[in-house]
Formats: sequence, C-alpha cells, structure tokens
Amino acid sequence: MKSDIVLSGVGGQGILSIASIIGLAAIENGLYLKQSEVHGMSQRGGDVQSHLRLSDKPVISDLIPHGKADLIISVEPMESLRYLPWLASDGWLVTNSTPYINIPDYPPVEEILDQIRKIRNHKIIDADLIAKNVGSARSGNMVILGAASPFIEIPFSSLENAVKSFFGRKGQEIVNLNIKALQAGRDQKA
Amino acid sequence: MQKLLLLGDEAIALGAIDAGLSGMYGYPGTPSTEIMEYIQSSEEAESLSIHREWSANEKTALEAALGMSYTGKRAMVAMKHVGLNVAADPFINSAVTGINGGLIVVSADDPSMHSSQNEQDSRFYGKFAYVPVFEPADQQEAYNMVSDAFELSEKYRLPVMMRITTRLAHSRAAVVRKQKEPQKPFRLPSDPRQFVLLPAIARRKYSALLTAYESLKFENRLSRYNIFRDGRNRKLGVIACGIAYNYLMENFPDGGPDFPVLKISAYPFPNDLISDLTGRCEEVLILEEGYPLLEELIRGILDCHLKVSGRMDGAIPRAGELDPSVVAKGVGLTPEAGLKVPDIVKSRPPSFCKGCGHADTFNAVIEALKPFNGTGVFSDIGCYTLGALPPYNIINSCVDMGASVTMAVGAADGGLHPSVAVIGDSTFTHSGMTGLLDAVLKNSPVTVIISDNSTTGMTGGQKSHATGRLASICEGLGVEPEHIRQIEPLRKNHEENVRILIEEFGYRGVSVVISARECIQTATRRKKAEASENNSK
Ligand SMILES: Cc1ncc(C[n+]2csc(CCOP(=O)(O)OP(=O)(O)O)c2C)c(N)n1
Repeated sequence: MKSDIVLSGVGGQGILSIASIIGLAAIENGLYLKQSEVHGMSQRGGDVQSHLRLSDKPVISDLIPHGKADLIISVEPMESLRYLPWLASDGWLVTNSTPYINIPDYPPVEEILDQIRKIRNHKIIDADLIAKNVGSARSGNMVILGAASPFIEIPFSSLENAVKSFFGRKGQEIVNLNIKALQAGRDQKA
Repeated sequence: MQKLLLLGDEAIALGAIDAGLSGMYGYPGTPSTEIMEYIQSSEEAESLSIHREWSANEKTALEAALGMSYTGKRAMVAMKHVGLNVAADPFINSAVTGINGGLIVVSADDPSMHSSQNEQDSRFYGKFAYVPVFEPADQQEAYNMVSDAFELSEKYRLPVMMRITTRLAHSRAAVVRKQKEPQKPFRLPSDPRQFVLLPAIARRKYSALLTAYESLKFENRLSRYNIFRDGRNRKLGVIACGIAYNYLMENFPDGGPDFPVLKISAYPFPNDLISDLTGRCEEVLILEEGYPLLEELIRGILDCHLKVSGRMDGAIPRAGELDPSVVAKGVGLTPEAGLKVPDIVKSRPPSFCKGCGHADTFNAVIEALKPFNGTGVFSDIGCYTLGALPPYNIINSCVDMGASVTMAVGAADGGLHPSVAVIGDSTFTHSGMTGLLDAVLKNSPVTVIISDNSTTGMTGGQKSHATGRLASICEGLGVEPEHIRQIEPLRKNHEENVRILIEEFGYRGVSVVISARECIQTATRRKKAEASENNSK
C-alpha cells in the first residue's frame, strides 16, 4: 500500500492539523510515513503545502515526485490547482469550494471551479457551509478530510480515533464537533 | 525502543538531549528554529537542567556554547545559514582554539530560499574553517549523528558542524531513540593557554588543525555515514551528498540502481572512496543539495579525462533545491510530467496579518515622508519587510540583520535626507544597536524607527531581548532623550504619529521613534493561555 498526498491551502487554514491526524491514523495502522511541512515566511497568509507519504514499506524521499501523488487535499480552490504537476493521472483532487481572497487579482471563482472540473477525478465540496450546518463553523478542514477519506487506504475508524486523540486535550465537546464534521465530509458524494 | 514522529530539527534536538547535552544556544531562523524550541519545551531537558535560552544573535550564541565547552560539558548551537555569517568569526577561530567538551554547530541551509535572502551552502564554512561536517540524509540519521558528532568532536578536540537543509529540518518521520548518556562533569581545559590565540600560540594550534584535518579524511573513509554501493553497470557512477541520496533512491524503488553509488554524509571528503568510484566508471554524476562543492573539486581547473556532470554542466539546475524529479532527469530517466498549472492561478505572497501594528507604522511613515518628497526607507529583516510589497511599496532595502541603521548612516553621509531606517525590535538587539552607536558618535542625521511588536515575529514569536528595554538602550547609547519618541501604531493615533515622525525627520541629528504595539499573533496566544489558566483556577 502507498498513499502520496499533497495538502494545500493558505497559511493559517490548518492544513498541518489534517496532516497530523492522517499521520496518527497511519501510525495506528503500522504504516511508514514522511511528512514535509511549511514553516516560516509563507505561513503569513501565503500559499502553503505539505507532502504526506504513507506506505507499508519505508518511505525514502521526503518529497513526492511529479505526477505521483494519489491525492490532493485542498482547503482552498485556487490552491488545489497550484499542485497539479504532482497529481498522478489517476489521482483524486478533493477541494473546498470556498475561496480565501487576500490578493487583489484573485480570479473569478467559477473559472477556478471550471478548471477543477477538467481534472478526471475531482470532488468539490463547500466545506465551510457543511461545517456550519453541523454546528462547527471552524471545522472546515475536518469536513475536507472526511470527504477525502475514501481515497486514503486507512480505515475510517482509525481517522476517527486520530481526531479523538488530536483534539482530546480540548475537551469532549470539541472532539464531538470535529467527529461530526469528519463524518459530514465522509457522507459527501463526488 | 521508543519510536517518535519527529521533524529533522526535533530529531537533532532529541539526539542532543540523549547525548548528554548541557547547554543549547541559538538565535531563531528558519529552518533551524525548532531545534531550540523542542529543547525548551522538553520536560526531560527541564529535569536535566539543560541551559536553553535564546541568545541576542548567532555570534553571542556560538561564543556562549564555546564557553560551555570550556567547562568540559557538551554544547550545541543552532542557526540558519546566514546566521553563520554573523557567527563566522567565533566559528573559524574555535577550530583553531579547539574545544574542551564536545561542541556541535548546526547550520540549516535554505536552498530555493523559501524564507531567506540567499541559498549559501554551509559546507563551504566547514571547509573554510577545517571543521568536520555531518550532513544527514534522514531524520533517524540526524538523531544518530548527534552523539557520534559529539564523540568525534571530543576525539579530535574540534567543533563539528551539522549541516541540514529545509526539507530535512521540516519533514517528519519516525525516529527510534537510543540509550541516554549522562552529562559530562565539570572539567576545565588541561592547558590554560588553549583558548589564547596570541600569534605564537595560534600558529602552533593552526598547524595542529591542519594535521587533524588530514586525519579526518582518513577517518571519513571508514565513516559509517559514507556508504559505497557497487553496481554492475559501470557506464555511470553517482556521488550523492546528504538528502540527495534519498532523491536518487526514490527513483529506483525495486532494489536500487544498477550503477555504483557513493553516499557522502561525512566531510572532509574521503579521497580514496571517491577515486574508488571514479576509477571504475566512465562518467560520474554529482548530486549536491546546495552549491557544487564536490563537483568543483573533482573538475579542478585543468580538464580531467573523466566526464563529470552535475550542476555545472546543466545536468542538474545550477540553482535551487533538488527533488526526486530533478534527480531523475539527471540520471537519464524520464520523470512523470504531471499536469500543468492553469494560467489563472495567481501567486499568493505572504502578507501582514489583519490588525498588524507594522502596517499602521508604515501608513504613518508613508504620509510623514510626503512633505520631504522622500522615496522610501531602509529596512531590515522580519515581518515588517512585507512593507516592500503593495500597497505599501515603502521599503528600499532588506540586506542583512541590522543593515537598515548603518545603510541609513552611510546614505546620510552621501547626502540623503531624511535618511530613515525601519527595524524590528529583535533585529535591533541582534545587530542594530552597534550601528546606532556609530550614528550617535558622528551625530548622523538619521531617524531610526523601531517597529516594536515585543516578539521575534517572523520566526514564530520567540521572546525578544528588546522587550521593555528599547528606550533605555537607546538612551544608554547616547541618543538625546528628547529625540527618543514613543508612538502607538493604531489608526486612531495616525495624525499624531505622522506629526511626531515629521518632527524627527526634520531634525538634523540622531532620532529614534519607538513604535510599539504587541504582535497580534502573540497577543492572541497570550490571551488564550491566560483564559485557560483562569478556567482551571
Ligand atoms: C542573521 C540572521 N539571523 C536570523 C534570521 C532569521 N530572521 C529573519 S526575521 C527574524 C525576526 C525578526 O524579528 P523582529 O525584528 O522583532 O521583527 P518581527 O518579525 O517581529 O516583525 C529572524 C530571526 C536572519 N534572516 N538572519
């Protein structure tokens, strides 16, 4: 088994939480992993990405080669397109549809979504809205993770366990909200 | 044994704790910051009473580490690559004095300049100082190397450099912990003259250093970090340094390549191992993260009969970091291309956080410069460098820590008025204070604006040495008290702040304007922490 995942978004949107949760779930399943993160300059509202590599054999490179990612998980639609050179021809792109507009020349959202729809395997969801509907407006990243979960070869229950241990320190209420968000994302059809 | 998921930086930090570290020193800088941060938040380090405070800059940090080594204990100092420029003087001289307790200097390079002004290669400093260098390929190796580096340091009585790059520093993988070593006892140098570099002593010590460096080449022939992997196909041989080895092997998932490969992770280069490889191949490709250090050596000045390729002939791009795809092309494979990024994707540079005090400071500066037809300000390195981007476009320089003050002094000498510097609080105590003393001593007509957010913001909000001390530092350096002005960068104070700035821009002597408001990131974190403390009461 191998799962090479590019996570993308804008600094401050919480892609590293997604990475940590998948990482915890991978460890529960005895998988090897490497996860490269972004620290520093671009965390201030710039574009951020993380490469997450899971495998049942030792992972060698910290970076995913071009054209080899099985999955792009993006919390922002324009950012999902920035990493297309890494996506494998049969890979999946799962993205939030709500834009994060902090630049003056942000393109029209419809044009971005049109580009995403050209990708063979794509799943576009309004994570912000879904999160709000389950009463946890700040859990959009867990909704996205849930939506991407069918394409990660890890049992869903392991992801749930990882969410529990990741948010455990913050109390049962926060854990429940995030589990609900994860499940709501999981229920979205492509 | 315990298995932990650690960043490369954290693996080095834990390796040091487990190797009996007594003192950790450094100044923040991406991608090195998390080494100190890990040790600062470690309960084990706390119970072992390991010293672990940030220093004012990299030079003071390295000197303090050398002082810890003087007492016979193990010390480590970490910095980003450009920090080693600041610490170059003690680094190079510590090779001549030698050490007492083991000393490791970690220098974290940033090829492709993700968060840096340049992509200089610290291995050159190792060679320049005649200091052994370890360059780990992965997190486990980084962990293991720390205790070996301390041992090598104590065996040769030299500092050892650990050179890492961004990808290893900021990538997580499982690391298995080894046995823990106790800290070294207090034991002063047996030769009281060891650290006295008077010429007569220095000459003797330098000649010993040169001898040691030759022995190190032999030592590294047997190093377990330099690995020769033979292959049947002798057309090509590859030398891969540090993390480049992983990018190479990634391309051969089924049992590795059929050509010979030499992995180098311990320097100085073991000549014999290299000629073993070059002797059996028609052509050699050199993969180095950073500058073509080894490639230049092998090519030499005169043409050699061996065909050498790498960064200098375009087999690998001359600049920028390596990755598996770049390396695939270099060894003659055709990497997958992936899809193209559509043209509508726009670049998204970093920007000021909403409500950042630096932004209000720049708004006031922009307006205050208008009556002077000013074309901008000298500035420095930190979050406030974002004042170079639209809509501000107000910064004309960002060179090295502290340069805003001294460039303003020089430009005032050259006739610029008003000559204005904008510098952050942590940058000011790192390297701005000495320049301000220059300005005071020649009564230079400059205005230094210290944009004080009470933290080292750019690198994640570490404590700033300047907090609460700026006015008294400036006064102590001799700035006239009536020209040390304090403003609070808030929109409601805009008119008042502009007025004060105009007054000081007009003054033909040294003035300092301290524009102080807490960083909104650290303020938010502080309030959260206080709230949770109140809740638990
Ligand atoms: C010699 C050197 N050391 C460290 C750095 C990394 N660095 C860049 S900005 C910065 C923080 C500056 O803090 P401050 O001046 O307070 O400004 P802020 O980011 O808080 O606005 C650091 C540590 C560097 N670029 N050069």
